[in-house]
Amino acid sequence: MTQPGIFELLSFGPGGWGNILLAGAMMTILIALSGYATGAVIGVLGAWAKVRGGPGMRLVADVYTTVLRGIPDLLVIYLLYFGGSAAITAIGRLFGAEGFIGFPGFLAGMLAVGITSGAQHTEVFRGAFRAVHPGEIEAAIACGMPRWLRFRRIVAPLTLRHALPGLGNVWQVVLKESALVSITGVAELLRQAQIAAGSTGLPFDFYLIAGGIYLAISTVSSTVLHRAERHFSRGVRRS
Amino acid sequence: MDWTFLQETFISLVSAVPLTLLLAANSIALGAILAVGIAVARFSAIAPVRWLAQAYVFVFRGTPLLVQIFIIYYGLSQFPAIRHSLLWPILREPYWCAVLALALNTAAYTSEIVRGGLLSVPFGQVEAARACGMSRFMIFRRITLPLGVRQALPGYGNEMISMVKATSLASIITLMEVTGVAARIISESYRAIEVFIVAGAIYLTINFLLTRLVQLVEFRLSPHLRQPVAVLPAIIEGEAH
Amino acid sequence: MSSPASSIAPVAISVRDIHKSFGPIEVLKGISLDAREGEVVSILGSSGSGKSTLLRCINMLETPDRGEVTVAGETIEMLAAGNGKSRPKDRAQVDRIRSRLGMVFQSFNLWSHKTVLENVIEAPIHVQKRPRAECIEEAEALLAKVGIAAKRNHYPAHLSGGQQQRAAIARALAMRPAVMLFDEPTSALDPELVGEVLRVMRALAEEGRTMLVVTHEMGFARDVSSRVIFLHQGQIEEDGRPDEVFGNAKSERFRRFIKA
Repeated sequence: MTQPGIFELLSFGPGGWGNILLAGAMMTILIALSGYATGAVIGVLGAWAKVRGGPGMRLVADVYTTVLRGIPDLLVIYLLYFGGSAAITAIGRLFGAEGFIGFPGFLAGMLAVGITSGAQHTEVFRGAFRAVHPGEIEAAIACGMPRWLRFRRIVAPLTLRHALPGLGNVWQVVLKESALVSITGVAELLRQAQIAAGSTGLPFDFYLIAGGIYLAISTVSSTVLHRAERHFSRGVRRS
Repeated sequence: MDWTFLQETFISLVSAVPLTLLLAANSIALGAILAVGIAVARFSAIAPVRWLAQAYVFVFRGTPLLVQIFIIYYGLSQFPAIRHSLLWPILREPYWCAVLALALNTAAYTSEIVRGGLLSVPFGQVEAARACGMSRFMIFRRITLPLGVRQALPGYGNEMISMVKATSLASIITLMEVTGVAARIISESYRAIEVFIVAGAIYLTINFLLTRLVQLVEFRLSPHLRQPVAVLPAIIEGEAH
Repeated sequence: MSSPASSIAPVAISVRDIHKSFGPIEVLKGISLDAREGEVVSILGSSGSGKSTLLRCINMLETPDRGEVTVAGETIEMLAAGNGKSRPKDRAQVDRIRSRLGMVFQSFNLWSHKTVLENVIEAPIHVQKRPRAECIEEAEALLAKVGIAAKRNHYPAHLSGGQQQRAAIARALAMRPAVMLFDEPTSALDPELVGEVLRVMRALAEEGRTMLVVTHEMGFARDVSSRVIFLHQGQIEEDGRPDEVFGNAKSERFRRFIKA
């Protein structure tokens, strides 16, 4: 067997793996984006609980962030993937379905990435809210802005601007973490590389290519994030 | 709650703790040595050395750890030269591949933490050492390193916790550490929640103890930041008179 | 400066028997004062006398434990809360009254993510729901009046303290307030920047604005205000025209205070 060159491996024609890897990369971005969005929603709620919630809400939020900081992300994926399947199978049985029903890997992955990154989002948003000058909020109160208007026009934009660098870091973590979702069989980048590696007998080449694609996605997104940060932080005092 | 099941799960998982700890300890130790090397290289006067260290950090921080593990465990065996080399008995073992990948990965992150710590050392203190006639190496060993380490310790504590968590990826290349055993029990029993709770509690305990250990070291390393306890009674006495 | 009109002009703001405690410390022990339209009332007092708290109780940034605030004839309705204290009955009413009071803070508190112009038009557009074009036109006139028209598209972080405070004054004026409240407007400024802010305040006084000014600036209190109030430990110790109060103060403490 002659060794195919890298361009043959990556070609989009027959025998090449370009299409499959590209689809995998798209799926990786999709998982990362949806997991990130889920985490951001959790993070807003978590930060709100920590800053404005009562003692009960604060406790729940604190336990959540502490636990998620201390346990492996992989464990969360196992919990959702297998636990989700068990739950769905049980529900299926109630409606008379026979046998095992699998939990969709994509959903498990998205939720797992969301729940783990949600803990980081929580801390980012909380820190950012703390960084907002209290006087700026007081000025809004003194103008007679009702609560929701104040949140929409003053508190949220200021918090978001302070949160941007942290949000960028969380995105980078999420992007890499999404590779773990491959264990559920979702056809994301690493899973596709695994398939290619298996059928060509060239694991080194394909895992290296996959690594390169991750690096490219991360570099491009970091450039975009930096630009966004510069754009949105105009005028914001950093202490 | 099924207590017998929880108990059995607990016993199985605890027996996997030594492997988790071994993976973490070995990769953290190996990674620390590498990290200091990389951090020093980033201060090198020779530009290509600096670039190399920078590229290393960029690549290892920019790609998923699981990809790095796969390249080492599955990828390297692709080459007959490696399969026939002296290193093969080591690179054939999932354990050593996992340690190697974890160490290379944490080295990239740790080197940044060390670099930050070294950069935080006030230049005046280095200058004072120079004025005492210390050699460059002696200044590094006696002044910059201890001060920098103290500064870097909280960040390093977080990195060590990340490493303990990261050892779970070794389960994907067949190692039966805590997460590996947990995954096996879950797939046999389909009782994900119970197993998750027990495994989670074990990881939380390890990381809690690790956090306390780092705090202890931090305390020991910073006598200059503590209240001078011994002097206190004298002050109170002085006020009483 | 006490204009003859001030004794017959309608009352712009009225404060009745305001009490306020922080924990065990009673900061305000029953303060009452009225300001008629066009009056400039300087509120003096050493730190801890409760003068800033009084101002903050007027627009409910602090909720008074007891007492009544009336702005342009409308009294803020209060409810008795359980612990012998009170709280506003209707948040919407408080917000409406706040939009009739222009507050200028010691630390400016401009919104850092908005340009100077955006700061000024924010509340008129979104709180008072006035047409945008009209708000911009009025804002530009106000910025010209306080002397920073050229800075309208700058962010607050790029302005000096004096410029920021003048922008904050324009922001407060943009709501067409019935009364302007100044909470130590020059205390956070470098000495060389105090003058430019005082000049703007003096101009406002001269055009007949109703102003309550908590300040340490004796010169302003003496020359610009129509009335001076001296607070000590939560009570009014002196209240009168500046020439009376500065000329022959009844209280020994006030004489010591102005000498210090």
